[in-house]
Amino acid sequence: MLEVKIHNLVLNNPVMTASGTFGYGLEFADFIDLSRLGGIVVKGTTGERRQGNPYPRMVETPSGMLNSVGLQNVGVGRFCSEVYPKIKDLKTNVIVNVSGSSIDEYCDVASQIDALDNIPAIELNISCPNVKCGGMGFGTSPDMAAQVVGAVRKVYHKTLIVKLSPNVTSIAEIAKAVEGAGADSVSLINTLLGMAIDIERRRPFMANVTGGLSGPAVKPVAVRMVWQVAHAVKIPVVGLGGICTAEDAIEFMMAGATAIEVGTANFIDPAVTVKIIDGMEQWCKKHGVNDINEIIGII
Amino acid sequence: MKQVTDFIIEEREQRGAQYFTLTLRHPSQMQKIVPGQFVEVRVDGCREVMLRRPISVHDVDEERGTLKLLIQIVGRGTRRLAQLGVGERLNLVYPLGNGFDLGVSEGSRVLLVGGGAGSAPLYHLAKELSHRGVRPTILIGGRNAGLIPVRDEFEQFGDLCIATDDGSLGHRGLVTEHPCFAASYDRIYTCGPTPMMKAVAQSALQRGIECYVSLENMMACGVGACLCCVVDTDEGHLCVCKEGPVFNAEKLKKLWNL
Ligand SMILES: Cc1cc2nc3c(=O)[nH]c(=O)nc-3n(C[C@H](O)[C@H](O)[C@H](O)COP(=O)(O)OP(=O)(O)OC[C@H]3O[C@@H](n4cnc5c(N)ncnc54)[C@H](O)[C@@H]3O)c2cc1C
Ligand SMILES: Cc1cc2nc3c(=O)[nH]c(=O)nc-3n(C[C@H](O)[C@H](O)[C@H](O)COP(=O)(O)O)c2cc1C
Ligand code: FES
Repeated sequence: MLEVKIHNLVLNNPVMTASGTFGYGLEFADFIDLSRLGGIVVKGTTGERRQGNPYPRMVETPSGMLNSVGLQNVGVGRFCSEVYPKIKDLKTNVIVNVSGSSIDEYCDVASQIDALDNIPAIELNISCPNVKCGGMGFGTSPDMAAQVVGAVRKVYHKTLIVKLSPNVTSIAEIAKAVEGAGADSVSLINTLLGMAIDIERRRPFMANVTGGLSGPAVKPVAVRMVWQVAHAVKIPVVGLGGICTAEDAIEFMMAGATAIEVGTANFIDPAVTVKIIDGMEQWCKKHGVNDINEIIGII
Repeated sequence: MKQVTDFIIEEREQRGAQYFTLTLRHPSQMQKIVPGQFVEVRVDGCREVMLRRPISVHDVDEERGTLKLLIQIVGRGTRRLAQLGVGERLNLVYPLGNGFDLGVSEGSRVLLVGGGAGSAPLYHLAKELSHRGVRPTILIGGRNAGLIPVRDEFEQFGDLCIATDDGSLGHRGLVTEHPCFAASYDRIYTCGPTPMMKAVAQSALQRGIECYVSLENMMACGVGACLCCVVDTDEGHLCVCKEGPVFNAEKLKKLWNL
């Protein structure tokens, strides 16, 4: 009833976890049966190990939070040798979020992940607002986005999802550019660039000054963008941004998402993903929907 | 194993103007909690608070299946928690983090140094140490007598010393100026404001005493998934929620110029 497909990737249900909010999945193994998830998108992985940004790295804002973690990760080498063995047998789709500061770095990471048998897809992150060079730089111009996706397409042979930045004038234009360059799917949205000031101390809350906004506060923006992109491209769209409930997930699917990811909501309830899956199934039953694919993009 | 559980508030006690305790009963079988571990509390009914708040476990009664939190009212979330009453539910993710290293032999000379809400986990620690045949010295500091939320209760487990800035209770001055601080110890544990912990750790390492500190930081997930809560240790950025909150002060040499 809930099975969906993104290119060659078959998901038991449309619910995946968003990169950077779910670690490598294992952090949540005490709370949920990970095999119930449609997929897990693990933390952004780069060519070399990164320490990430200075701290404080987060602050809570109305119905959301700002973060400036900045791609702290062990690097693709240690990911392959140390992390992959621990997660390769999880009975769900484990997808690696790939980041870089240059086209060469993206290609290097993507090709190393390509060699891992049990990673069926990557999510190419051309939208991180928290790193100075690269990251979002690639995701804010259609030409740059097409260049990096085209280069990765040459070295990566499985399902290629490209994660888009909402910090642009026309997200549909970027989506079309990456579709043209060979992406199999697009996911959106990454965080919205934001800022908050501690007026008592008269300084920004975060050491990095600006950060990425996530959580329920961004949901209407994300739904609008998913809808715009779904009308602009033929490849499947993965929707995310503020999803907390089954109803939120259904809303994204009606707007045009084939699958969805849950991020910040995992912090509030570490078992929220399975509740969303159960809730979607109940919703379908209650509304006489035999196949969730029926509602995708009906708006 | 970590759990998400609705606990039931069994008792609430005000401790001065700024502090209160909540005794929470588990609905069935409570997980084992070691001193120094913490819980993430969901704050319901407060429009401004979405993320959970990390709070140390202050005390545990395994037989009755209860745990106790000692909370200082500092902002939106803790103000809302202060309004909760007996019989209401409180949703916790627990037990989180690594507790205090308990590898001390019977009869060791141990000092616990606490300040403010930092005395919370030291109570659970003192209790556990006393079960292991260690009678610690417990040194608690605060600005004045009204801001020392736990004191006499400590006496059943160890020798209590108090320091206040204004001398309204115990020794007048900082904890590091209290005569008992200068005595010799095999190990020191500390939890409280950063400048206090730093001064304690500095002196401990100078004197060659093993020292454990319990750090605080802003948190989102509490389980090591989001990397929001890192601290810059000698081993690189480590998560306070997962690799801590208790760290051997040896790992903080660079950060604190020890
Ligand atoms: C591992 C750990 C254990 C803790 N144990 C206890 C405890 O036993 N008792 C207790 O009273 N408090 C404890 N704290 C601190 C407690 O988490 C914060 O005081 C609380 O989150 C503040 O929430 P608020 O909504 O009231 O404050 P907010 O309105 O969010 O902020 C008010 C002020 O508190 C500061 N603050 C906010 N969150 C934190 C935080 N996570 N750590 C430190 N300062 C913060 C902010 O910078 C701000 O100045 C602990 C923190 C950690 C990380
Ligand atoms: C703490 C944190 C870390 C994140 N790290 C990454 C990352 O490494 N790569 C990435 O593509 N997105 C990252 N994101 C963005 C999320 O994957 C997601 O796009 C965004 O948070 C919106 O979804 P949400 O509102 O459900 O959280 C991060 C978000 C948060 C809150
Ligand atoms: S709070 Fe998420 S890693 Fe520590």
